[in-house]
Amino acid sequence: MTTQTLDRSAAATDGPSPGTPLVTGLGVTAPNGLGTETWWAATLRGESGIRPVTRFDAGQYPAKLAGEVPGFDPAEHVSSRLLPQTDHMTRLALAAAAEALSDAGIDASELPDFSAGVVTAASAGGFEFGQRELEALWSKGGHHVSAYQSFAWFYAVNTGQISIRHGLRGPSGVLVTEQAGGLDAVAQARRQLRKGVPVLLTGGVDSSLCPWGWAAHLAGGELSTVEDADRAYLPFSADASGHVAGEGGALLVLEDAAAARARGVRGYGTVAGYAATFDPPRGKGAPRLDAAAELALADAGLAAADVDVVFADAAGRRDADRAEADALAALFGPRGVPVTAPKTMTGRLAAGGASLDLAAALLALRDQVIPPTVNVSEPAADCPVDLVTGEARPAALRTALVLARGRGGFNAAMVVRAAG
Amino acid sequence: MPALTITELTDLLRECAGEAEAVNLDGDVLDVPFEVLGYDSLAVLQTTGRIERDYDVALDEDAVTDAETPRQYLELVNEAISVKAAA
Repeated sequence: MTTQTLDRSAAATDGPSPGTPLVTGLGVTAPNGLGTETWWAATLRGESGIRPVTRFDAGQYPAKLAGEVPGFDPAEHVSSRLLPQTDHMTRLALAAAAEALSDAGIDASELPDFSAGVVTAASAGGFEFGQRELEALWSKGGHHVSAYQSFAWFYAVNTGQISIRHGLRGPSGVLVTEQAGGLDAVAQARRQLRKGVPVLLTGGVDSSLCPWGWAAHLAGGELSTVEDADRAYLPFSADASGHVAGEGGALLVLEDAAAARARGVRGYGTVAGYAATFDPPRGKGAPRLDAAAELALADAGLAAADVDVVFADAAGRRDADRAEADALAALFGPRGVPVTAPKTMTGRLAAGGASLDLAAALLALRDQVIPPTVNVSEPAADCPVDLVTGEARPAALRTALVLARGRGGFNAAMVVRAAG
Repeated sequence: MPALTITELTDLLRECAGEAEAVNLDGDVLDVPFEVLGYDSLAVLQTTGRIERDYDVALDEDAVTDAETPRQYLELVNEAISVKAAA
């Protein structure tokens, strides 16, 4: 049994028609840069943010590397009232939300009530906060547990806190589909936009870099235990050994293109197509990432030949990398389209990962350059992809495809096109 | 155990729930509603938990919720402290 969703849209045209979702603002917190332009410049230079874990003592664990957001001073980004009630990942999300709204030139206080919503992707909420309070519970007793535990560790907390902080009381929600969530949330925002909500803040920012979160990552069995930061996460390589976990992500402002143009905003690009599929149970059929990509292109009214670059899911496991390479070869032909994985510089960011790839795709369209996949010298012989390795590759880019796979069988694909 | 003062209460509020911008907690806030000071019911609940631990008292949850100002809240806390001292 498989499921799929396909958003029907008007046939794609060169100019934005009413209802076309345009990304007008970006906010980024990433292991290789805090803030959109800082991160993007580092990404184009191929600078990795993967380093030994500093947030806690990882010495006793088999995996010792992570992508931690550098130089984040919570008090610079989060008000005094919010500090006691927020997990680290919510603080990162609040910083990204403020940057995205500011980048879009939106003063939320000037919007009519209920005209802007928040749709984020999440994993398990505030792991670090939750661990601290659970420790207080079993070591000291219930009276020592923070009242804010009631929501600070809740998976919907980022949407809630962003909504409260900026007064965004329009249709809102949360999606939990692991890595696929970073695209699925944006797709849900697109649905709300088409229903008439003028502004959506959407995407994912995630973090679980604490012993409790680490135990969960390790139990998943997909973390690399290689200790050399340049050798730990090598997607599509013959030496692939799993991935490195990171934190951060991106939030995007989505607006009706015609409305944005009317206020003089050009935007980064449009969300032209999207689809999600679900894998059959293990051993009961092939994965359906390829179907997600095909359906997303159909949704955009585009052919495979129209795609100029693919931002891969890049699991970093031999079997999963082969499956993705096969899907790409089936769709585009062997080495038929440039493929990249800038997440080699950040690690996989759970609910934040695909949103960061979406931001990278939009900036690649803006700057006409493909960011590199670092540390991989060449793809394995059984992964016939034109991987952009070494350094950024200038290219004429009009359309990008972003792929994401979430643990448990979630596949998502999104097509973005340059702002016309 | 000495009675809780307004200065101690505002210090605890700051510590437990932060401080709203554009609010001067060091001013004369005894009769300023918590809501105006930027504190919602959860902020008061968080602070109450801290006071209950520090002073080893149990406060009536409904009465705490009904206390709208620091003055009303301090009366509740200090009554509990004096009952505890007399016991």
